[in-house]
Amino acid sequence: MFSSDILTAEVQTAAYIAASVLFILALGGLKNQESAKRSVWFGIIGMAIAIVATIFGPGVAITAPLMISLVIGAGVGVVVAQKVEMTGMPQLVAALHSFVGLAAVLIGLNSDATVHEFASHAEQVIHEVEIFLGVFIGAITFTGSIIAYGKLAGKINGKALILPGRHMWNALMMVATIVLLVMYVQGAGSWTLYVMTVIAFVVGAHLVMAIGGADMPVVVSMLNSYSGWAAAATGFLLGNDLLIVVGALVGSSGAILSYIMCKAMNRAFISVILGGFGGPSGPQMEVEGEQIAIDADGVAAALDDADSVVIVPGYGMAVAQAQQSVSELIQRLRGKGKNVRFAIHPVAGRLPGHMNVLLAEAKVPYDIVLEMDEINDDFPETDVVMIIGSNDIVNPAAQDDPNSPIAGMPVLEVWKAKQVFVSKRGQGTGYSGIENPLFYKDNTRMFYGDAKDSVNELLKRIS
Amino acid sequence: MRIGTPKELFKGENRVAMTPDSAKLLQKLGHDCVIETKAGLAAGFSDKDYKEAGVEVVKTAAALWKTADVVAKVRQPEEAELKRLRDGQTLISFFNPAANEAGMAAAKAKGTTVVAMEMVPRISRAQKMDALSSMANIAGYRAVIEAGNNFGRFFTGQVTAAGKVPPAKVLVVGAGVAGLAAIGTATSLGAITYAFDVRPEVAEQVESMGAEFVFLDFDEDQADGAATGGYAAVSSPEFREAQLAKFLEIAPEIDIVITTALIPNREAPELWTEDMVKAMKSGSVIIDLAAEKGGNCKLTVMDEKIVTDNGVTIVGYTDFPSRMAAQASTLYSNNIRHMLADLTPEKDGVIVHNMEDDVIRGATVTHAHEITFPPPPPKIQAIAAKPVEKVPEKTPEEKAAIEAAAMAKAGRQQTILLVCGGLLMLLIGAYAPPAFMQHFIVFVLSIFVGFQVIWGVAHSLHTPLMAITNAISGIIILGALLQLGSGSAIVTILAGVSVLIATINIVGGFMVTRRMLQMFQKS
Repeated sequence: MFSSDILTAEVQTAAYIAASVLFILALGGLKNQESAKRSVWFGIIGMAIAIVATIFGPGVAITAPLMISLVIGAGVGVVVAQKVEMTGMPQLVAALHSFVGLAAVLIGLNSDATVHEFASHAEQVIHEVEIFLGVFIGAITFTGSIIAYGKLAGKINGKALILPGRHMWNALMMVATIVLLVMYVQGAGSWTLYVMTVIAFVVGAHLVMAIGGADMPVVVSMLNSYSGWAAAATGFLLGNDLLIVVGALVGSSGAILSYIMCKAMNRAFISVILGGFGGPSGPQMEVEGEQIAIDADGVAAALDDADSVVIVPGYGMAVAQAQQSVSELIQRLRGKGKNVRFAIHPVAGRLPGHMNVLLAEAKVPYDIVLEMDEINDDFPETDVVMIIGSNDIVNPAAQDDPNSPIAGMPVLEVWKAKQVFVSKRGQGTGYSGIENPLFYKDNTRMFYGDAKDSVNELLKRIS
Repeated sequence: MRIGTPKELFKGENRVAMTPDSAKLLQKLGHDCVIETKAGLAAGFSDKDYKEAGVEVVKTAAALWKTADVVAKVRQPEEAELKRLRDGQTLISFFNPAANEAGMAAAKAKGTTVVAMEMVPRISRAQKMDALSSMANIAGYRAVIEAGNNFGRFFTGQVTAAGKVPPAKVLVVGAGVAGLAAIGTATSLGAITYAFDVRPEVAEQVESMGAEFVFLDFDEDQADGAATGGYAAVSSPEFREAQLAKFLEIAPEIDIVITTALIPNREAPELWTEDMVKAMKSGSVIIDLAAEKGGNCKLTVMDEKIVTDNGVTIVGYTDFPSRMAAQASTLYSNNIRHMLADLTPEKDGVIVHNMEDDVIRGATVTHAHEITFPPPPPKIQAIAAKPVEKVPEKTPEEKAAIEAAAMAKAGRQQTILLVCGGLLMLLIGAYAPPAFMQHFIVFVLSIFVGFQVIWGVAHSLHTPLMAITNAISGIIILGALLQLGSGSAIVTILAGVSVLIATINIVGGFMVTRRMLQMFQKS
């Protein structure tokens, strides 16, 4: 063990300023695909500067545990990043959130266990509140993310678990937390902190258990936000401005993502977080007619005749791993001079931007992948719309039926196209259990079967 | 089963209920096809064409009726044909059951199942076998062509070196299938087309075909066509009066009138009176598609073309589809084929006459020695023709007022937020030590920077955004680093664990972000 205090505190601060700027540039660069590729490097360099400045700054010694932790951590990180399937991104993101949460908890507990000198009583109170908050947010993030990981990876049932009196339980636990905080600040001892940590673990798990399926994009971005706030709280606790800056950046980023997702589902953030999916507010419109099936020959012929085709992918495409086949299909169609585009609803998939990443992986050029607002006006001029594994985001009931649970949610107006094909496993309803009148429309044909097999059938018929 | 089609007996009927193309598709359903010799000749299909399509050609009608399990034909069967019906046989044809007691009685006595093509319910699922619509479509087209044949001028207006030609003005009365087809044909020939119908909900369809809908100054709630199976109902005397007055007003300007108004099982309503005919210019043409039911114009003579004293030609032909036999046979045989496809659910050549099925039940008029006409009303309403509630267009002033109200509301909310935030800051500032306040400034400003920057991120890059924020939130490693050297063994161990997982975050997060961004490619 040897001392490594090469840099003074002032130089370290200067390095932290540089790192902050680089992080902001890294996030700002994501405004388009080309600048994004460059901006990752800003983030990496910023991170390197920050870590080096800390290790060689005052108060840190280069020790065996430090080096071992760094090496093992880096090794695991490399393996995980290279192994992960693009369809598995939601799980990975959730798992990484849980790490930040756990680190915040450990650092908080450590800080409690370390003896500090305080200039005044006020400073001591502030310090203790910071520890308490840091651990609380960190613990919620940790268990919440683990549950989210389990749900996304299919290890836990994705349906919302609604316990009786769950709001009361949440409120009780919050009250207990506040009582424990007061006791902790009054000097009741570390046990209050430990009890609170356990309670916060339960709150985090319970919170996410109550949220299901299609609300997962909101949950993941919310946990993203929490992990930021946990880092910021740790920054206050340690008096480290760089941690505060990064925590605030990440926290606000997650908050904005959550807001965008909620807006795309026309739901209030609070109602998503409190979990459960609201029941219908009145009798829903009867759906008339029947679902008419079609075989691959029919779909292939229609695609052959069409001049403009729009594909609407959803979670079903990710589940069936159909993105490569879809990509192949659109390459062939584009080769014949057809105008083929993708329409992406903001909440398609289980992660904000999930579909974009999957399509990018399958080498679909990003300039034909359009957002809802960009393409919604084009549907009346579209010959064929092909829906692959999405349901609620193309449900006309959101506009027509004021009693529908998803009334008012912005949806892709695919039914305005001349012909709609729906690739779907079977006749069931979607995640939300809402009947979709689109499937009964005159210009809709149901193309039953696994998404990947169905598209492969089409590939055999379209050269 | 053997599907057979005889030659039509009705004089001047050129259509045939089976074409070589439809026969091929029928064979795919597992059926055999038989046809009487020369049955398709008038429609342009020779016996050779049929033979090539795998159809057996028989010499006489008697042989055909004897061998066929299912007989498909066009016209309502004649006396001679009714005698040939036999037990267990199915006849698919126009049958006019409402005015064909004798025919139904004969079929009942013989035990023949009769599927009357005009009885196919008007629901979406049955459109493919709706022969009335497919024939009406042809009649509408042909009506315009026939009118042009008897009209001495161009349809379209032209300015030529030899002088200016005004465009023809065409009025189509009754915007059913035939009416809409006529509108489409007349418009595409270049005529100025007007259309009228007692069902105001079809105005949109009329306008979509390029014609102008003639509205009456009349307020009564007009009958909704959807309640009567998509067909027109009888209108009130007041309404009729308003309608006739309007027609009389515009009659002098109209060059061509095509009337298509039919009410099911009733005499055709008189819509174009003698006064109107007299008011028309010499050389004008009236095509009365309702001639078979007495005509929408009382001067119409069925199956004939007459010229009135003031030089108006009135055409009362009833065989418009037959005049385009090739086209009509193709469409009608397809209708028949779709009906047979529904009757052969397993595609194995076995007819299953499912009387639970709305469409089959509706079209069947005799079955198993019973007369099953009239059918019960269909379970599904005909046409989704809800009256469109027009949202009143907002005036610019109203729009401006709404926008101003929204702006004021947003402004108020912002002010309240700022005031609350300011108060909170003051409260914190009053108690917190200076060191905390310095960090707090950094915190608040960073949140603002974060909000500004993140709003600019492209939607498609949200997943990479989450991955990179994941990576940089690994900055929490700094806290663990600072704790690593200090304190007890347990603190060191916990700090070591923190360093490890934070490193996973940093390395994993950045690498996966890079991996994703590399995949985004422009075409």
